[in-house]
Amino acid sequence: MTAAASKSRPILPSGWEMVVGLEVHCELRTQTKLFCSCKNIFGDEPNTNICPVCLGLPGSLPVLNSHAVELAMLVGFALHCEIRPSIFHRKNYFYPDMPKDYQITQYDEPINVNGYLELSDGTRVRIERAHLEEDTGKTIHVGELGASGRIHQAQWSCVDYNRAGVPLLEIVSMPDIRSALQARAYVSELRGILLATNSSDAKMEEGSLRVDANVSVRRVRDQDESSADGELGTRCEIKNLNSLRSLVRAIDYEATRQVALLESAQEVVSQTRHWIEDEGKTLSLRSKEEAFDYRYFPEPDLLPLAPGLDWQKEVVSDLPPMPQERRDALANLVKEALGDDASLKDQVALLVELGLDTLATEAISSGADPRIVINRLSNEAPADHQAACRLDPKNFTALVVMEKNEQLTPTQAKAVLVEMLKSEDEPLKIAQRLGFETLGDQDLSAVVLQVVAEHQVEWSRYVQGEQQIAQFLVGQVMKLTKGRADGAKVVRELNKLGASENIEK
Amino acid sequence: MGARALAGRIRSGEVSALEVIDNCLAEISKRDSTIHAFVHVAYEKAREEAKEIDAKIAAGEDPGVLAGVPVALKDNLCTKAAPTTCSSKILENWVPPYDATVVTKLKAAGAVIVGKTNMDEFAMGSSTEHSAFGPTLNPRDTSRVPGGSSGGSASAVADGMVTLALGSDTGGSIRQPASFCGVVGIKPTYGSVSRYGLVAFASSLDQIGPLAGNVDDATMLLEVVSGWDPLDSTSLQRPSFILDSVSREGVKGIKVGILNELVDLVDNEVATQVRKAADLLDSEGAAVEDVSMTSIGWGIPAYYLIASAEASSNLSRYDGVRYGLRVEGANATLMNSFTRAKGFGAEVKRRIMLGTYALSAGYYDAYYAKAQKIRTLIIQDFQRVYERFDALLAPTTPSVAFLLGEKLTDPLAMYLSDICTVPSSLAGHPAMNIPFGTASGGLPVGIQIMAPALGEASMLKVAKTLEQASQGGFQ
Ligand SMILES: [Zn+2]
Repeated sequence: MTAAASKSRPILPSGWEMVVGLEVHCELRTQTKLFCSCKNIFGDEPNTNICPVCLGLPGSLPVLNSHAVELAMLVGFALHCEIRPSIFHRKNYFYPDMPKDYQITQYDEPINVNGYLELSDGTRVRIERAHLEEDTGKTIHVGELGASGRIHQAQWSCVDYNRAGVPLLEIVSMPDIRSALQARAYVSELRGILLATNSSDAKMEEGSLRVDANVSVRRVRDQDESSADGELGTRCEIKNLNSLRSLVRAIDYEATRQVALLESAQEVVSQTRHWIEDEGKTLSLRSKEEAFDYRYFPEPDLLPLAPGLDWQKEVVSDLPPMPQERRDALANLVKEALGDDASLKDQVALLVELGLDTLATEAISSGADPRIVINRLSNEAPADHQAACRLDPKNFTALVVMEKNEQLTPTQAKAVLVEMLKSEDEPLKIAQRLGFETLGDQDLSAVVLQVVAEHQVEWSRYVQGEQQIAQFLVGQVMKLTKGRADGAKVVRELNKLGASENIEK
Repeated sequence: MGARALAGRIRSGEVSALEVIDNCLAEISKRDSTIHAFVHVAYEKAREEAKEIDAKIAAGEDPGVLAGVPVALKDNLCTKAAPTTCSSKILENWVPPYDATVVTKLKAAGAVIVGKTNMDEFAMGSSTEHSAFGPTLNPRDTSRVPGGSSGGSASAVADGMVTLALGSDTGGSIRQPASFCGVVGIKPTYGSVSRYGLVAFASSLDQIGPLAGNVDDATMLLEVVSGWDPLDSTSLQRPSFILDSVSREGVKGIKVGILNELVDLVDNEVATQVRKAADLLDSEGAAVEDVSMTSIGWGIPAYYLIASAEASSNLSRYDGVRYGLRVEGANATLMNSFTRAKGFGAEVKRRIMLGTYALSAGYYDAYYAKAQKIRTLIIQDFQRVYERFDALLAPTTPSVAFLLGEKLTDPLAMYLSDICTVPSSLAGHPAMNIPFGTASGGLPVGIQIMAPALGEASMLKVAKTLEQASQGGFQ
């Protein structure tokens, strides 16, 4: 997510604004589950990582995983939260994928409170709380499914309890978000923080990052849009947002729907709504009046959680630089070499998002050309950015140097990089393997002469000053050399040849 | 014969573990058709375990302090080898895939588990009449209840079917049946015995404890099962109790308070025995004095709200999805409802409803939160009292064992039979029953000894002194 994209675009009719708060659930990246020693791992065979505790068998008892507490505190620190003594509650409701028919969660005394997250557009979104809780299992409904995928429409259901008891951190923002794109920017930035702290895989597609949006709309009271303390409208909670794209579409849809209701003198009813991606709309799941009474009460099987200052200090000392800090650092490095160049800002943000900024920094610091570094890493590396993260900085630097020295053409350099992502070989070896030995200057001149000879008409137009035709001639050279020629060199060669012809004339 | 002596004879080879267990199983099969203390007798498994003990002894290995001693377990303690039903239809035939920590400890000490004992369903009751598998009778008078909810364990010990038994006590479920059956029953300090594998009724109150024919045996069993367990977050990080020699030290200099409010409340015959016990302790050198604790009367309402609230949550997992009874329904919610309607008995349903109500939005403050405040008040009151006393003396129950069916249709009367035992439960303090004389009909009377948290040593000194006097003919 980039700064440019988070700028608001008009979605609602003028005079209206949307007010959005987000609840983000992220699975914490611990070895074991929150209350037992079962493996916390995604994608294993169903019901293989289970035990009496996470199955909620009679007589079993929870024991808190201290690593989950550390990760919760780490994220809390990164979000500028206060770490507080906290307790666990039971949230009681029946659902087949919840083994105990209550969820152990934190209620009115969460571990992290009162933080904020700063977006790259400078907006500060306040964080109300970030608390620990256990995940549920996963129900797979088999049979006829309605659009909403709800259980009563299924013929039968299977439950996989591998996910039951996986530690979650629920991060609740205040309603400080004013557009769908800003919501997207918030989730992206939060994701960056979760990745930077190594506290979560934060993959929306795998469900390790899940977002619910609370959306309401209100009339803008005056021109001063920043006065956020006006009265809030009735809000709806949108669930089933499985991608950033869904998030944006659902919020825009929902806000538009609410404005339409209000403009036609109808009321917004407080509801939980389900986003239907295929139809591009939200549908009511239940009204808030039908909401469950969760009968929260303090979990008697666990002791209060009050991390001491020493433990907090130890955890905070592990806090790595956050994305904003890293963007600034890389941008400064690039700026020193290239001066202010707004066009690089998005690429810098992308590299930080992909975790490639360390590699970029190392390469640039050891003398690689910053522009080539940024280009290669933001264009070719994202295809397999996990492999890219493992690239040997020395090899990568060598590749950039080869491209800079015109030992490799940009096209060849790209191809070599793609290979480097697959093997750990040095770029020189890969280039040789691919037959990318530099085309000698003499060879190049010969090919250029051949092209000129074969395309006399185009050549004379070029010589007469028709610059656009150069593309065609370069293309022909590329064809003959199978891409081994350096485009810039070809143009130089053409010019040299043209100049000498003009002199002869 | 006491557990220690019996284990000694087995270890020395005077008698084999198998002979002891075979005798025990024969006694059970002879007597239990009348008493119905057991819901499951491990005929095969117990003999196997006994043979293993004998083999260990033959091989010169240490078979453990309880080598070959027959032990009965209340049926809410998880056992891999036997069903664990909590005397409920909803868990009928359910065999846990794991052993409770206390079971692991018992096995490590060489004890042989001979069976699982009857109880009020999910430990909710004071008579063992609320068992889905029929009531247990009091071996002292089979027209009477054995008390509850650990009625099966108390009867099995009282009738000589086993040497030792484990029960669980939430609001008096060890002490009250021990009193009705005339045996020793200890509810230890909350957290001193792991709850891992004890099917939860009310998590903040439940505690496993021993029932035995005498103080030494109960103490020995407590020593074996106590100690920190990393699987139970509420278990205290301290080693197992070492109490056996301590209990013989006598009561000289020990300050004992007589809880007026409770003594005034109970039947005359019971009150008389408490006064006699007080006199005896005084004559043995204890400093005995009356003491008042006004908050004690609020124990029952606070206890029934807190215990039921926790139970309503603890028992919600019996939904027909994963284990136990399932009654099919058109959808998951209906299946859940049908399963619970059929699987739970009336008393369990009553407590679930009470607890659900107490936690509901709009009622939480008036019921659950207020009950917790009373709990705090009772704890503070105890603190004040224990500044002056090492132990407190009170009746265990308001009366001797009542008749079968006498209180079955009057839940409130049944609840009130816990009035003497719930205060220590709410405070998490140790408390125990020691048989002390009989009432006019020959039924045993129990004296309750209470102590502050981890005050088991003074509690047992008082118990041992009363026991010695009883055995010496003092009435
Ligand atoms: Zn597990």
